Amino acid sequence: MATTTTTAPGQPTTLVGKAALEVDDRLIVAGPLRRTLNKVFPDHWSFLLGEIALYAFVVLLLSGTYLTFFYDATMTEVTYEGSYAAMRGIEMSAAFESSLDISFDVRGGLLIRQMHHWAALLFVAAICVHLLRIFFTGAFRRPRETNWFIGVALLVLAMLEGFAGYTLPDDLLSGTGLRIFSAVFLSIPVIGTWVYFTVFGGDFPGELIIGRLYILHVLIIPAILLALIALHLLILVKQKHTQFPGAGRTEHNVVGHRLFPTFAGKATALFFIVFGLCAALGGLVQINPFWLFGPYNPAQVSAGSQPDWYIGFVDGGSRIFPPWEIVLWGYHIPPVLWGALGIPGIMFTLLALYPIIERKLTGDTASHHLLQRPRDVPVRTSLGMMAITAYVVLWISGGNDVIAEKFDISLNAMTWFGRIGFLVLPPIAYWITYRICLGLERHDREVLEHGIETGVIRRLPSGEFIEVHQPLGPVDEHGHGQLAYGGASVPKKMNQVGGARRAIRGFFSPIEEPAAVQRQAELEARGLESEQSSRELTGSGRPSEGGRPSEGGRPQQEPRD
Amino acid sequence: MSTTNASSEAPLEGGRSGLRRRRPAAGSPAAAARDRRRSKQRRRLANIAGLLAALVLTGVGYSALAPGASAADDSTGNPSNAVEAGRELYTRSCITCHGSNLQGVQDRGPSLIGVGEAAVYFQVHTGRMPLVRQEAQAPERPPIFSEEEIDQLMAYIQANGGGPTLPSGDLRDGDLAEGGELFRLNCAQCHNFTGMGGALSSGKRAPSLLDANDLTIYAAMLSGPENMPVFGDNQLTPDEKRSIINYVQTIKAAADPGGAGIGRVGPVAEGLVMWTVGVGALLFGIFWMGTKAP
Repeated sequence: MATTTTTAPGQPTTLVGKAALEVDDRLIVAGPLRRTLNKVFPDHWSFLLGEIALYAFVVLLLSGTYLTFFYDATMTEVTYEGSYAAMRGIEMSAAFESSLDISFDVRGGLLIRQMHHWAALLFVAAICVHLLRIFFTGAFRRPRETNWFIGVALLVLAMLEGFAGYTLPDDLLSGTGLRIFSAVFLSIPVIGTWVYFTVFGGDFPGELIIGRLYILHVLIIPAILLALIALHLLILVKQKHTQFPGAGRTEHNVVGHRLFPTFAGKATALFFIVFGLCAALGGLVQINPFWLFGPYNPAQVSAGSQPDWYIGFVDGGSRIFPPWEIVLWGYHIPPVLWGALGIPGIMFTLLALYPIIERKLTGDTASHHLLQRPRDVPVRTSLGMMAITAYVVLWISGGNDVIAEKFDISLNAMTWFGRIGFLVLPPIAYWITYRICLGLERHDREVLEHGIETGVIRRLPSGEFIEVHQPLGPVDEHGHGQLAYGGASVPKKMNQVGGARRAIRGFFSPIEEPAAVQRQAELEARGLESEQSSRELTGSGRPSEGGRPSEGGRPQQEPRD
Repeated sequence: MSTTNASSEAPLEGGRSGLRRRRPAAGSPAAAARDRRRSKQRRRLANIAGLLAALVLTGVGYSALAPGASAADDSTGNPSNAVEAGRELYTRSCITCHGSNLQGVQDRGPSLIGVGEAAVYFQVHTGRMPLVRQEAQAPERPPIFSEEEIDQLMAYIQANGGGPTLPSGDLRDGDLAEGGELFRLNCAQCHNFTGMGGALSSGKRAPSLLDANDLTIYAAMLSGPENMPVFGDNQLTPDEKRSIINYVQTIKAAADPGGAGIGRVGPVAEGLVMWTVGVGALLFGIFWMGTKAP
C-alpha cells in the first residue's frame, strides 16, 4: 500500500483507519478478511442448527473452565464435613466431595455446573438435529462427504465426552453407568479382560478411572473436538454453503446474507439465545442432583438408574437384547456385547458410510450444491425415518423402567414392546414416509400442471361447475402448465402468488398497519397492471385474461378439473 | 303390536268392546290402548313399592342384627373386646382369602400367622387390604377401615397369629447421614435413591415413598409386604430403621436447591426437558431469525 502521500484518495483519515492500515502493512490481512466478511450465508432457518451446537460448545468451554478451578479428580477416600447435612460423616471420594463443594459451597458453582450439564445435553441434541437436516436434504453428497465424516466423528466424540463428564462427580448414578461400561469392556471377545484391566488400571473401580476420565474430558477429547470443529468450518467456508433450490439459485451461486454485517448480527444474537437458554435452564431446572444419589459404592445400586439421553439408546439396546448365549469360534459372546457395542457399532458405521452407500446405489457421482427436499428423495427420507424410529424404540427402552413405573405398565410388557417394536415399527415408518413423500411430490406436480386452486367456482353454459385454477406459468393448448418439476417449493395458495394481500409482518405482534399494507398492495397491483398492459403477454398469449386470478387464466374451451 | 291389533279389531267388534268399557268413547282404538297402558303403569308402580318395602325391611333387620358403631365403641380400652370386634371385621372382610384360622387360602391369600400387627397396619392403613381384585400387586388406596377398626383388626391378628408389633416413640430419632447410607444400601435398588419408586417384573413395583408416613415405613420394614423383603430387627436395628426413616422424610421435605426438581427421576426427565423445552425454544428462536426481514 502507498504510504508516501497522505492526500491520495482512499487513504484513511480516522485514527482507527490509520491503525488498521498499519496492521495491514505488517500482516497483509485485508484481502482474506474481506473475502471472509463477504462470505454469503443462506438465510433458511435450518442452516442455524449446526450453529446452535457450536455455541453450546462455547458455553461448555466457558462453564467447564470455571468448574476445573474447584474440581478434584482423585478417588482418595475422604470423610465429608461440608455444608450438606445429609452427607456429613459419610466416606466418599475426593471427586464426589469436591462436586458437593461446587454445588453447595462455591459461589455460583451450582448454577455453572447445571449450565454445563444442560449445555452438554444441548450440544449433542443440536448435533443430532443438525445431522438430520444434512441427511434429509442430501447436503452430504459430493463434494461434502469429508465434512459428513467429520460430523459423525464429532457426534461420537461428543457422546464420549458427555459420558466422561457424567462420570466425573463419582456419584452412585454415574458409577452405575461406569459399572455397566466395565461389563461391556469385559464382554468384548478375546481382548475384553485386557481392555478392562487397562482402562481401570486393575479391578473395578480402582483408584485411577476418575483421573483418567478427567484428562479425557478436559483435555484430550475437547482438543480433538476443537480441531475437528475448526476443520469442519474451514471446509464449509472453502466449499461454500449448500442452498435450497428456488428462484435465482443455481449450482454456482449462494443466495443469502453476507457474513458482515447481517449474518454476524444474527450469529451473535443466536449465541446469546443459546447462552440465555443454558443459563435459564441451569438456574431454573435442577439437573443431576447427585447429592440425592450419594457417593459411588459398588455395593449399592438404585432403581431407575439411567445414562444421559444420548447414551440412552445404548442402554436400551442392552435392555431389550434377548438373553441368547452365542458361541462363535469357541468364544462365548455375552448378549450385552450385541446390545451395547453391536447396535451402536452398526449404527455409526452405516451413518458414516451412508454417502458412499448412496453414491454406489444411485450411481450419482456428480457434485451437488443445491439441496434436495426430503419428498424428492423418498427412499433416502424413508430410510432416515426408519433409522429414527429404530433409534427412538431403543431410546424408549433405555428408560423403560421409569416409563413402566410412571405409567403403571408391566416392565416385561415394555421390554417386549422394545423387542417387537425394534423389528416391526421401522418398516412401517418406511412405508408411511414413502407414501407421504410420494403424495407431497404428486401434489406439487399437480399444482404445476393444473395450477393453484383458487376457491372460485364457475358455472359453465352447459351447467357444469368447475373450480378455477390459477396456472403458475405458461400453459399449453390443453391448459396444462409447462413448468418443469424443479424440486423447489411450489406455491399452493393464492396469496403466495400475490392473489391476496401478503401476511402482516411481525413475529410476536404486528409491526405494520394492515390498511397501509393493503394500500401498498393496491399501488403495486396498479403498477403491475399498467406494466402488463404495455407489453405483449408471454405464455398463454391471452391478453384479455392477463393471467389475473379472477379470470382463472385458463382457456375457456378446456374447463378441466 | 297391541295398538295395531286394537285398531284392526275395533271396527269389526265395536259393540262388544263398548259394553266392556265404562266410558262411551271407549270403543275407539286409542282409548283401548290408553287403558292398557294405564294398567301396565299401575302394575309397575306396585312392583316398585313392593321392592322398596322389602329393601327397607332387610335394611332395618340388618341394622338391628349386625354389630353397629355402638358395639365398637364399647370395645375401646378393653383388649378382649377389641379382639372380638376385630374378629367380626376379619370375618366380614378378610376371611375369604386368609381363611378362618388365618392359615391362608390356596391361590387367594397368604397365611397371616406370624405377620403381626405391623403387617396389618401397613396393609390396611394404606388401603392395600382389603384387596379389590387379584392382580400383580395391591395398589395403594384410601383406607377402607377407620383408625379404630384398624386397631381392632391389629389386635385380633396379633392375638391369634402373633408377630412383630408396632414401635412407639419418635421414629425419626436417628442419624441422618447414616440413614442415607443404609437407605442406599438396602432400599434404593427398588425404591430409587430419591424414594421415587421403581418398576419390578411383571407389573409389580416398589412404590414411591412420597406419601408414606413414618409408621408405614417402619411397618413395611418389619413386615416385608408384597415383594419387599423383611428387615427384621436383626438385619436393621430399631435405631437404624429410625435413621432410614429420618433420611427418607428429610430428603422428601428438602427443597431442590437447583430449581425445579422435575420429579427427581434423573436423566429420563432431564432428556425430556432438553428435547421439549430446550430444543423447542431454540427451534422457535431460529424460526424467528429465519423469518425474512422486509
